Amino acid sequence: MNDTPNNSDPADASPSEAHLDDARLSDGKPCLFVFEDGEVHRGRHFGHDGESVGEVVFNTAMSGYQEVLTDPSYKGQVVVMTYPLIGNTGINPEDEESDGCYLSGFVIRELSPVVSNQRATRDLNSYLTERQIIGIEGVDTRSIVRKVREGGAMRAILSSVDTDVDSLLAKVRAWPGLHGFDVVQEVTCDKPYPWTQGLDGPFLPRVDEAADVGGDKRPRLAVMDFGIKRNMLRGLHAAGYDVQVFPASTTAEAILEHAPDCLFLSNGPGDPEPLGYAISTIRTLVNGGLPTFGICLGHQLTALALGGRTMKMKFGHHGTNQPVIDLTTERTEITSQNHSYVVDGESLDLGAVEITHENLNDRSVEGLRHRDLPLFTVQYHPEAAPGPRDAFYLFRRFREMVNQHAGV
Amino acid sequence: MPRRTDIQSILVVGAGPIVIGQACEFDYSGTQGCKALREEGYTVILINSNPATIMTDPAMADRTYIEPVEVDVVAKIIEQERPDAILPTLGGQTALNCCIGLHEAGILEQYGVEMIGANAEVIAKAEDRQQFKAAMERIGVKLPPSGVAHSLEEAQQVVAHIGLPAVIRPGFTMGGSGGGIAYNPEEFEQIVSRGLELSLNSEVLIEKSIAGWKEFELEVMRDRKDNVVIVCSIENLDPMGIHTGDSVTVAPQQTLTDREYQEMRDEAIAIIREIGVETGGSNIQFAVNPENGDRIVIEMNPRVSRSSALASKATGFPIAKIAAKLAVGFSLDEIANDITKQTPACFEPTIDYVVVKIPRFAFEKFPEAKPELGTQMKSVGEAMSIGRTFKEALQKALRSLETGNPGLGLKAGDMWLPSAPRRGRPSVRDLKRRLAQPRPDRLFTVRDALKSGISLEEVHEITRIDPWFLAHIAGLIATEDQMRRYGSFEDVPANTLATYKHNGFSDEQIARWFGTDPARVRRRRHELGLVPVFNRIDTCAAEFESYTPYLYSTYETATEVVDTGNKKIMVLGGGPNRIGQGIEFDYCCVQACLELRQRGYEIIMVNCNPETVSTDFDSSDQLFFEPLTVEDVLHIWQTQSIEGAIVQFGGQTPLNIALRLKRAGVNILGTTPENIDLVEDREKFKEMLEELEIPQPNNGIATSTEEADEIALRIGYPVVVRPSYVLGGRGMEIVYDRSKLKHWMATAVDASPEHPVLIDQYLENAHEVDVDAVFDGDTCVIGGIMEHVEEAGIHSGDSTCTLPPYSLSDEIQDVIRDYTRKLAEAAQVRGLMNIQYAVKDDKVYVLEVNPRASRTVPFVSKAIGLSLAGIASRVMAGEKLVDIGFTKEIVPPHYSVKAPVFPFNKFPGTDVILGPEMKSTGEVMGIDTDLGCAVAKAYMATSRTLPLNGTVFISVRDADKTAVEPIARAFADLNFRILATPGTKRHLDQAGIPCEQVYKRGEGRPDVTDTIASGEIQLVINTPSSDPLTRDDEKAIRTAALHRNIPTITTVFGARIIATAIDSVRRHGLGVRAMQDYYAAAATQPA
Repeated sequence: MNDTPNNSDPADASPSEAHLDDARLSDGKPCLFVFEDGEVHRGRHFGHDGESVGEVVFNTAMSGYQEVLTDPSYKGQVVVMTYPLIGNTGINPEDEESDGCYLSGFVIRELSPVVSNQRATRDLNSYLTERQIIGIEGVDTRSIVRKVREGGAMRAILSSVDTDVDSLLAKVRAWPGLHGFDVVQEVTCDKPYPWTQGLDGPFLPRVDEAADVGGDKRPRLAVMDFGIKRNMLRGLHAAGYDVQVFPASTTAEAILEHAPDCLFLSNGPGDPEPLGYAISTIRTLVNGGLPTFGICLGHQLTALALGGRTMKMKFGHHGTNQPVIDLTTERTEITSQNHSYVVDGESLDLGAVEITHENLNDRSVEGLRHRDLPLFTVQYHPEAAPGPRDAFYLFRRFREMVNQHAGV
Repeated sequence: MPRRTDIQSILVVGAGPIVIGQACEFDYSGTQGCKALREEGYTVILINSNPATIMTDPAMADRTYIEPVEVDVVAKIIEQERPDAILPTLGGQTALNCCIGLHEAGILEQYGVEMIGANAEVIAKAEDRQQFKAAMERIGVKLPPSGVAHSLEEAQQVVAHIGLPAVIRPGFTMGGSGGGIAYNPEEFEQIVSRGLELSLNSEVLIEKSIAGWKEFELEVMRDRKDNVVIVCSIENLDPMGIHTGDSVTVAPQQTLTDREYQEMRDEAIAIIREIGVETGGSNIQFAVNPENGDRIVIEMNPRVSRSSALASKATGFPIAKIAAKLAVGFSLDEIANDITKQTPACFEPTIDYVVVKIPRFAFEKFPEAKPELGTQMKSVGEAMSIGRTFKEALQKALRSLETGNPGLGLKAGDMWLPSAPRRGRPSVRDLKRRLAQPRPDRLFTVRDALKSGISLEEVHEITRIDPWFLAHIAGLIATEDQMRRYGSFEDVPANTLATYKHNGFSDEQIARWFGTDPARVRRRRHELGLVPVFNRIDTCAAEFESYTPYLYSTYETATEVVDTGNKKIMVLGGGPNRIGQGIEFDYCCVQACLELRQRGYEIIMVNCNPETVSTDFDSSDQLFFEPLTVEDVLHIWQTQSIEGAIVQFGGQTPLNIALRLKRAGVNILGTTPENIDLVEDREKFKEMLEELEIPQPNNGIATSTEEADEIALRIGYPVVVRPSYVLGGRGMEIVYDRSKLKHWMATAVDASPEHPVLIDQYLENAHEVDVDAVFDGDTCVIGGIMEHVEEAGIHSGDSTCTLPPYSLSDEIQDVIRDYTRKLAEAAQVRGLMNIQYAVKDDKVYVLEVNPRASRTVPFVSKAIGLSLAGIASRVMAGEKLVDIGFTKEIVPPHYSVKAPVFPFNKFPGTDVILGPEMKSTGEVMGIDTDLGCAVAKAYMATSRTLPLNGTVFISVRDADKTAVEPIARAFADLNFRILATPGTKRHLDQAGIPCEQVYKRGEGRPDVTDTIASGEIQLVINTPSSDPLTRDDEKAIRTAALHRNIPTITTVFGARIIATAIDSVRRHGLGVRAMQDYYAAAATQPA
């Protein structure tokens, strides 16, 4: 399946290279997946008919492709699913993590021939067509994963309309990539809005205890939306907050006008460093003593606001089996993760902040706590969706912190 | 938290013999456990009665006891060894029950032994249905509406509430023994009564039937710090209602969304916390209503299990090993992941392939039992396969099963082949009926149904198999049907051929459709460069680099085989367990791995049985989890330069393909396939024996009923008849007269020139002898001479035998040694051979020669304290016995007794008699310096009680009436009360042996079955007559005894040795002694 532009004529392809084209005896249109280094993968097209460039990342979750597809943090990325069989459970209205699909393309081994789940209302193929996302199936996803593991995240293009490898290669090389760019602007909300839905959908985690913590009064929570997933909002609402969501570029003053009791910083796509406006807003708000909880990009932005640095990882963490140890309790939780940038632990002022969590696999920074300010952040996703809910208690912990700070 | 330092020695309890529901997965877990604990510096004391296990190798533990896994016996070991702790979670239900027994008897407390892994409280909470139910209610986990009953009356009250159909589950049994679904009151009463009898605590759980729901399993691990991980999720293709051990299962789960899966995961974690398993693994089963996603928990096993072995092989995460480390205090984050090395074991494996497990059944061995699947487990083994897609994995699993299917369909004689007539295909009505009652062949029934035009929806409605699975099966059928487009194989375009391979079609399937030869398909593929690559099983979907070459084949683009350039030997395993081929062969394969690795070879292991030690990636240097077919093995052979392949350790499986492998260029080590063929060919074998002047029973080969009749008349009745080339005595029978012969020829076999029938003179009342030997071309060394307790005619795998022989004279043994040497030379054996002899009137006959490892090799190795398979592997690699230092037969100063274990209780309606067709699933070993005590231990180890006093019932056929006299006298001398049927009584009266008469069935009440049912009888001696008139009566007696678990002896020889055993135990009592002590004593004895 791998060839270079020089011998890319499909007619020349030997059977071992081309055999997957016919894998389901479908009349699926051919689709090309071309990396910036010239490697070409040929498969069958599904979903949207067209062309798209992006940064290639792989996700190791075995379930939860719908949540992956609707996670705004994948903006600008082509997602390769390592689990080979995708589409089995179709698509249902409840598992949408946002109202859109922001990724640049979806690469899988085999598209399910059937949808089998009682909650499904449609199939993956038609859904991606409607959402204008290009999918490719019938490629050796494992070899792609090994390539990304060795070579790091790289640019690639997916096309079902252009079959000229050289032309595709030119297009992918012309794309500047994600590093150094602000992609949050493309996924954040347009204007502030309140969120009023709790964990009342089917098969959601229970945080019954969380509701008890605060009594009747709902503290006012300002949420900065850098590309937020709905399960965060559901978890926050269930934890007893009066939730108001703000666009990423909202100023500290505008947020304070809302008179919030506390602040939540969401996940989001791409490089945190270009987001100077958000960093300064966060700096103002946390230094003002607003109790704050940040997740993923929100965690990285907080670190930057506190004077730390972030760096791009080789291929990031994208999956639902990342072990994170809580250094204070020495207990490990299995976490859902999706990030390509990470906080550099060495850059932090450890007199002011404490590293509370570490990734057991590579010892990268997974959580921070400020020693004086009411502030903690995690790199991983306690809201799960997809993935384990081991860390869901953090919504409750945030609530306890808010209560404590407010002297409730 | 590092390892515990307050304990130094740990007693590991093994699972005992292989039975249905408890197979070699516990050798895998136990072996891993022993290794892990010794690695951490603990002294390991092991008890297991199963000699065919790797774990009972003396090198695996510091102190090894091959003794019955019984409370009294283990208590003696504890008294002798004073362990600090006991590990009950690696030896299946047997070990769990035994440890609970030790706890309840106060033994653990008395000697200060701590139960680690799971304590008595945890075990009771998980296993006692009432406690489990209460625990689940506390954490809000749903269970099916249910009630517990300790009597039939209580049961009736429960069912009045929940209604029928209802599932009945006896407490504290394994493999669902005695359970079932009752659809009407009569069935209900029957199943409840049986369940109450079989339950260790006379308890049954009655619950509302949820047959038809989807079934899932999660493998969960928890450590002392309360870290919990899910190692693997498994989804059953078969819905609820079929025991999970009998279900086709798939990993990971396929039809739950992440939300649904995570909720199940949360529940599993809540369950393991509530039950309180603090240091180890558990298996939790769930059922999900496909209509609305409602979920209930079915059960939890607070120990490693068959599923955890499967999960370990499916993910590369060694559950048993980790469980052992957790039990001694480590936490998951402190244990390294062996495969990635860089990352810890505290994570959840993610896989980028699909794993399919298919069980293998043995209903053909029990023709009286209906081949129907239900809540009681019936399968005897399983094959697992790995593919990138479900279709690929399913087809690979089906051909791994070795049931004649090269995949899903397209086997010889397939009714859907283009050449097959349309007539003879089943009707739609017939197919729907077959779909409604699941049987072992249900996947093929689904294929037939879809092929016949029954819609996927309707197949789903009837079978409740999830549409996802059915759609993939339909996809395979579509690919197959698409073959129609091409007139001949040459017309198939390269890309389309690639599609077939990608969908898991074997060369054999493709060849059969196009009426060509698999070798031609293979040639064309190689010309096109269409060969599979090998992917690694790495726990992480390639996120991290893998350091362990654990591989499977698939038609992808990049291979992950690394040729180290070292000298390599390939060992072919035995595939799925079945009756006649099981753990013994895996033992031999693993021994070869261990031995040859020590000698500097890199070992490439090929096998597809997830239960085994050989498929532990630790056992070899490269593990290929692949079907054992010519096509699949050749692909592995071609990945790198390999010196040779060992085919004589994996039973019949590798031997069946050896010649074809050799012709395709594989260098077969040891005895050549041609020479193996020589002794299997009856004509050539006969010539060889005549030349060597070694007698064999008169015999002939028949290709028709007429010929058979002629031969039998010439030889003289009774005769032994069997189809040629079979394993485990399949279809073999002793025939006493012409009419029986004709009946057998007509019903049992389809004799033809391709499938001839072998007819042998039956040597009545002869002693049978098994010999295992090693030959290197110069030196022949006997491994052991085993004398069977039962007379010749009982399959050697079903016989009890002793080593050394208990009655053969030195002269006879010398004749046997002489013959063995001559046969080894004549058959040009290199490596192991097994010979079966019969001794009658001081004359030695050869019955059979097998130039391969036999079922008895592990037993012999344990008896003499040397690994015969290890030695043989070195011979095959070219070493001489003189150089190895094994030149002289070892005759140990102690007796070793091997006894078989039978699955009769799983197959209602089956008669409990022995014959030339093998029926046992496993074996045990008893060892003692006193013959009687060794027999008694072997007997006890098969889970039967050896009565030391009480009443013995004797009823024997006329031919045995004289022979039974001294036996009856022996029982009388032992103060047993003797009951006899009128005929036997008359005979005993004449001999002056005191006995009482009991009615035969139909002659008056209470009759013998009443007496058995009332518990008055402790031992039954009943030899089967060939008279069909009395056969039913006898069967009723034996069945009654089976249900009450009363030992039943069906041979005169067997009865004699049981009398000896009772006498010995009454005189000496039973002691325990470690194998290491036996070997030390043997080493100091004068040669």
